Amino acid sequence: MSEWWTYRLSDFLMFSPRIYWRLVEQYNRDVWPAQLLGLVVGITAIKLATLRQVRADRALAALLAASWLWVGWAFHWQRYATINWSAQYIAMAFALQAALLVGVAATAQPTARRAGGERHARAAPRRVAGWLAVGGGLLYPFFGAIAGRPWTQAEVFAIAPEPTALATLGLLALAGPAYSSAARRTLAVIPSVSLVLGAATLWVMSD
Amino acid sequence: MMKRRTVLKAIPAVGAAAALARVQAQAQLQFPAARPIAKAIPSSGERIPVVGLGTWITFNVGNDRPAREQCAEVMRHFFEAGGRLVDSSPMYGSSQGVIGDGLAKLAADRQLFSADKVWTSAPGSAQIEASRQLWRVPRFDLLQVHNLLDWQQQLPLLQEMKATGRLRYVGITTSEGRRDREIEQIMRNHRIDFVQLTYNLLDRDAEQRLLPLARERGIAVLANRPFREGALLRDLKRRPLPAWAGEIDCVTWAQFALKFIVSHPALTCAIPATSSVAHVRENMGAARGRMPDEAFRRRMADHVASL
Repeated sequence: MSEWWTYRLSDFLMFSPRIYWRLVEQYNRDVWPAQLLGLVVGITAIKLATLRQVRADRALAALLAASWLWVGWAFHWQRYATINWSAQYIAMAFALQAALLVGVAATAQPTARRAGGERHARAAPRRVAGWLAVGGGLLYPFFGAIAGRPWTQAEVFAIAPEPTALATLGLLALAGPAYSSAARRTLAVIPSVSLVLGAATLWVMSD
Repeated sequence: MMKRRTVLKAIPAVGAAAALARVQAQAQLQFPAARPIAKAIPSSGERIPVVGLGTWITFNVGNDRPAREQCAEVMRHFFEAGGRLVDSSPMYGSSQGVIGDGLAKLAADRQLFSADKVWTSAPGSAQIEASRQLWRVPRFDLLQVHNLLDWQQQLPLLQEMKATGRLRYVGITTSEGRRDREIEQIMRNHRIDFVQLTYNLLDRDAEQRLLPLARERGIAVLANRPFREGALLRDLKRRPLPAWAGEIDCVTWAQFALKFIVSHPALTCAIPATSSVAHVRENMGAARGRMPDEAFRRRMADHVASL
């Protein structure tokens, strides 16, 4: 895009907030009661991350991979892309994240005794990681309700992109020996970008 | 547009409904069966109504069935009010398909003046054909190079389509003053029928060079962002419409803003976007009644600048 610096963030919003939230609402209606499964997956993922065992880490990676693949396909590709053409590329990024997580699940080896593994296990960062995991994995639907949105528009882990990305960042930081520092950093890139895009969209829509 | 609806929601519902009904009734009383004012496309002499229908954001509703039906209603009222030019782009998400659905329901092919865009760095033929299928029209009336994207490749393609009868008019677009120098060069050095640019009560840079050049070169002008995506109207609606707006048959700020635009001698058509039936009727009211002359236009611009 030429003269990209002359565009405002709002210039990239190509749909109305009303249509976006109706899309979320219809999606929730279409997949119900998968939201309940999403909450179960969230609780299970938090439990697995706190076990700090290679087998648990593998299972966590597999759960996260399935969640990313589902959100990328069901939300971004099938629905969001109907009002935002860039969502098809986001869906591909979600599929890539799922593939990376599968790679971790398939090749996980213990690395916990390495210096990097010890560093991340310090108390304060673990508390932050824990809040991210619980916030994204369990509490996120309440954030929407507090913001005044109806429950029919609730965003749930493993169903909607933002709680999935938020919880993933926390879970990866919490998880145990199967994740090297490099793997954690690599696996944090797409969730971080997804969160930035989601936050920017919400910001512009609330303007 | 949507934001106008948001503003209206803030007003007590009964009052809002009554106000809109009053606007519509006034418009119908003033110009019961009048055809909308039309201007000639310089390159052909064909006349099109001075108010068209944009689709940015408002028609991008995805697979939301009630919203798609609402857009079809907007189109129905637009055509019933004598409107013709509908503008869209492959960049506008699902808008083209929503237009196609609406056209299929309304059977408004004869009245329609279809204005779309090509927006790709790849050869444009495939995208144009995909757009045509979404619109469900045999051919486009006007195709424009969207924001000059790869215009060196796309403009010759559109010219060739026009030469072989697969297209009636060729144009280019920009918005908010971007790449004005390049737009000017193309207007000077290439044979185009339309230029689309931003022009409204506050964004008036085009008056300096591009609008005079359009007149000189015989190029029709479409004005986008007539209400600054609703922000201009939200600001104006905090103030009362001046009583003298009645001298040019304006009963709302939207009509005031549109009449300012379309009364410029170089302007052919303004393309406000809306997903509201009440607003499309209100907008079409600006294509009827008395139009401001140059002195009156200065008064309008000065008044808005002073608010």
